[in-house]
Amino acid sequence: MYEFDWSSIPGALPFLWQGMQRTLEITAVAIVVGIVLGTVIALLRLSGNWALSNLATFYVNGFRSVPLVMVLLWFYLLVPQLISNLMGQPSMDIRLLSAFVAFALFEASYYAEIIRAGIQSVSRGQVSAGLALGMTKGQTMRLILLPQAFRRMIPLLLTQAIILFQDTSLVYVIGLAEFFGVAYNTGNRDGTLVEMLLFAGAVYFVISFSASMLVRALQAKLAS
Amino acid sequence: MISIRKVSKWYGEFQVLKQCSAEVAGGEVVVVCGPSGSGKSTLIKCVNGLEAFQEGEILINDLSVGARKTNLSELRSRVGMVFQHFELFPHLKVIQNLTIAQCKVLGRKNEEATEKALKLLEMVGLTTHAQKFPAQLSGGQQQRVAIARALAMDPVAMLFDEPTSALDPEMIKEVLDVMVVLAQKGMTMMVVTHEMGFAREVANRVIFMDHGEVVEDRPKTDFFKSPGTDRAQQFLSKILSHGAEQG
Repeated sequence: MYEFDWSSIPGALPFLWQGMQRTLEITAVAIVVGIVLGTVIALLRLSGNWALSNLATFYVNGFRSVPLVMVLLWFYLLVPQLISNLMGQPSMDIRLLSAFVAFALFEASYYAEIIRAGIQSVSRGQVSAGLALGMTKGQTMRLILLPQAFRRMIPLLLTQAIILFQDTSLVYVIGLAEFFGVAYNTGNRDGTLVEMLLFAGAVYFVISFSASMLVRALQAKLAS
Repeated sequence: MISIRKVSKWYGEFQVLKQCSAEVAGGEVVVVCGPSGSGKSTLIKCVNGLEAFQEGEILINDLSVGARKTNLSELRSRVGMVFQHFELFPHLKVIQNLTIAQCKVLGRKNEEATEKALKLLEMVGLTTHAQKFPAQLSGGQQQRVAIARALAMDPVAMLFDEPTSALDPEMIKEVLDVMVVLAQKGMTMMVVTHEMGFAREVANRVIFMDHGEVVEDRPKTDFFKSPGTDRAQQFLSKILSHGAEQG
């Protein structure tokens, strides 16, 4: 029988907490930029302009058809080059920056589809009502459609955020010390990899599961 | 005021409007009726440019609806429209439903818009519901709010697209009463409806449509006394016998 040795975990907690902060940072940036950019892409897709709508479709299909790990690696290899060409030496950790960019752009493609479906779920009559009052198409979108669409989308957006939170563990491929990376490295160093990964798994589970419980409660509240 | 001249519209191969013409003078109430699928709703939506048409011309106070240079938003802000399914904004309170376009389109100050809104809510008898959300109101109340919302823009004319057909019978009267008051105040109105009682009471003229054509356009007394066509005759007898059953 395998002998578990949990003794190295308490000592590793400060590092794990630092890693968790990284994880949350990446998650937060990806959510905020992803939703803003996703909204823009969704609007382009629905714009009725042939070129813009095709461009947006290409973006969405492109990112949704490649593995996230690959996107992460690409941006890790590309972003430092780009940054130093544009602004000289960056002051920020280049791995973190490339993770921000990769996640934000990748998530935007998923958010764009959620937001597009949300906008389309609002009835055509609401558009007519906005236009009939003299609002422009832009005003109707901003004041009438988007507020209703976002209200309906909140559960889906949050669910996507939970998936995103878990997916941040993939940044270990570019050697960034977020929660999973710290757990892996510490466990490896101390020879307690199994315990460490079980512990990390438990933490992911508790956070994600409580979050999805919250989403479910919210969903019930919105439905009532 | 509203001048519809030989308007035709196609959905692909199918022609929904065939050379429709009609005039609504200032202060006039014109009722448009006809069997479902006759194109009456489509025609009224063409008047404020919610539906495009391919041939003909619609003028509102000499402004051409279909013309490229016409600012459609500005034109629509001066023509009120009431929809079959109310289309109140569900995420906004009743009072906000009445003020949002006043503020965002006409650039009125919030206090001014609110004052206007409250006056109109009083007129439709819903002052106490100002702070509620549309979903908390009955269908008849929602439609009255929708009428008030359109009036808040100080429209030169009002378009009604089957304003009572989505309502339960007991709520139809409260909406029609508001419309009658409006008509008596001299509002220019174009009303698509099956409510012949309303037509008899306040309409100046009745337009009968069938298969995308304006079949009759006559003063209401003539229309009800002796419809000029078999089609209108049949339509009327169906509608009236149905009304008798309900009454």
